[in-house]
Amino acid sequence: MLTIKNLHAGISEKEILKGFNLEVKAGEVHAIMGPNGSGKSTLSNVLAGKKEYEVTAGEVKFKGKDLLVMSPEDRAREGLFLAFQYPIEIPGVSNINFLKTAINEIRAYKKMQPIDAKDFLKLVKEKQALVELQVTLANRSVNEGFSGGEKKRNEIFQMAMLEPTLCILDETDSGLDIDALRIVANGVNKLRSKNRSFVVITHYQRLLDYIIPDFVHVMYDGRIVKSGAKELALELEKKGYDWVKEKLAVGSGQ
Amino acid sequence: MIATKENKATIPAQLEGEFQTLLSKTFSSEPEWLKEKRKEAFDSFCQTGLPTRKNEEYKYTDLKKIFSGNFTAVHNESHALNFIPAPIAEGSIRLVFINGWLHKDSTLSSKLPKGVLIGNLATDGLLKHADFLKKNFSSNEDALSRLNDALWTDGAFVYVPENIRLEIPVEIIHISTGKKELLSSPRHLIIAEKNSSVSIIENNISVDTFAPMIINSQTDIFSGENSNVQYYRLQNDCRNVSLISSTHVKQEKNSHFDTNTITLGNEWTRNNLRIDLEGENCESHLNGLFVTNGTAHTDNHTSVLHNKPNGQSNQLYKGILDGRSTGIFNGKIFVERDAQKTNAYQSSKNILLSDDATINTKPQLEIYADDVKCSHGSSTGKLDEDALFYLRTRGLSEDSARRLLLYAFANDVLNTIKNESLKNYLEELVNERLEK
Repeated sequence: MLTIKNLHAGISEKEILKGFNLEVKAGEVHAIMGPNGSGKSTLSNVLAGKKEYEVTAGEVKFKGKDLLVMSPEDRAREGLFLAFQYPIEIPGVSNINFLKTAINEIRAYKKMQPIDAKDFLKLVKEKQALVELQVTLANRSVNEGFSGGEKKRNEIFQMAMLEPTLCILDETDSGLDIDALRIVANGVNKLRSKNRSFVVITHYQRLLDYIIPDFVHVMYDGRIVKSGAKELALELEKKGYDWVKEKLAVGSGQ
Repeated sequence: MIATKENKATIPAQLEGEFQTLLSKTFSSEPEWLKEKRKEAFDSFCQTGLPTRKNEEYKYTDLKKIFSGNFTAVHNESHALNFIPAPIAEGSIRLVFINGWLHKDSTLSSKLPKGVLIGNLATDGLLKHADFLKKNFSSNEDALSRLNDALWTDGAFVYVPENIRLEIPVEIIHISTGKKELLSSPRHLIIAEKNSSVSIIENNISVDTFAPMIINSQTDIFSGENSNVQYYRLQNDCRNVSLISSTHVKQEKNSHFDTNTITLGNEWTRNNLRIDLEGENCESHLNGLFVTNGTAHTDNHTSVLHNKPNGQSNQLYKGILDGRSTGIFNGKIFVERDAQKTNAYQSSKNILLSDDATINTKPQLEIYADDVKCSHGSSTGKLDEDALFYLRTRGLSEDSARRLLLYAFANDVLNTIKNESLKNYLEELVNERLEK
């Protein structure tokens, strides 16, 4: 599904990713944990195609295709979805219009007919229920006036609508209370399938109580320094990130 | 130049001769009082001449350049037009003018409520209601309005008597066309008496304009006590045309006035909009949208004069500028000493799509009352890159993401339009414009 090899990338000539490697197979859930400043958000921005970030070395293959040469929209059309850490408010752009345009542009890319208006509304209703999003989206602008929890639920709702094959969740748990966290996690769990993979980026372990990962990776200074099963997250929670840093320092003989 | 070196007034050389020709021919059968008014206005114009860029009101708009051509103001000739635009608003009454003259094919519905007069100013107005016009004809201070006072040829005349709510909108269509360099001077007069209501669409377009044209248009609106007037000014795709459009509104107490000025794809436009709130408890909403590219020039000047207490005015002007186009928003708010409890708000927001586009915005507040709420705001920026990226990560192409964002920006203004069919028409037009 996704193969990242020796990825070096940065912003404003500052290198942040320094040889990042990751292999995600279909249906797998990978958690990437790491202290602040380890490059987690840079990774998600680079994968989504934010133009301010420059890739200086390495490659990213998505379903066998070179992801890095694609425009952000083509990445989305190929099945990549980024749930933003800070979803943007877009006044004046209706949620529903925007989603319909998105779905139809993705369908056009796949040489499919535009979605039928009735089917679309049915889909909206069904997917809204998935994340218990009760706001009447039809009359509201994208994320405008949404609470923190509603914004994150709206991200998962959009994810459900667009049916991607690779979902990147960038600190989706940040700013959520425990109820909202559970709702968001439930939504994600319902979307898990053998053809859909997840990369869950988080600072804290608590999200992983709800979304059980197949693999946990620890990111530090722009690359993965430790990988393991879901238990690694608990160990990290107990010992803190300093534990990894210390081990690294010893390992490199400093 | 007929002006002497001493007064240095800028007056196009041909005007004096042409004014005399107009007086002796075109205007010869007009009542004396009107001819006197014309002469007075022309003299007054000659004293000041065209405002230069030293004049604060015309700092960014160069009239000398516009008036430098070899145009004529004497041009009463009929034009065979094979294109008359379809009605915008459903079931509207339409008056069509070409280069400042009534187009003969204009047809009016006869099923008007009793007492309502809709026709042209030069014949229907002057022949049937001369006394009435004499009483209501106002002169204006601005030099260009003075020029129109002197040279106006024809235009719409709409009169709605007391207690009549005219449900059908009136469309005033002005078409510029032809091969001759012209200065057209259309003049429209709209009167809504006490407790009446009316909705006017003034639409300026150009069809086959093969020579540069100047339109110096003047519209006067009287909004009587407790009346409700909607006035929509549309300026769409006027090519080879320099459009000066001045509107002067007088509101009596408890009246409600809504106006939208929508400028799309014009080459050169100067809009003057002046509202006098002459009675207590008046409400005015002034909204504007312009979308420009190329070397287009769009200048919106508004002035709102609060003369009496409890008035409310609201202004929202938005611009989307691409290419090397320039835009100006100059909004004046005067609050007289007597106009306590005035609530006046003004906002100008602009998006620059290119590094070469320019916008100048200037709020001007003069407040002489002490118990008022007045505020103004202005913002200019580029398209929100983060929003653009967000939409693209959902599969929208860069083009449709841009269009969606720009449309959302413009829609704030379109949403204030109360006439549904006009709103739909403009939504489509703006969408089309944003695709280019």
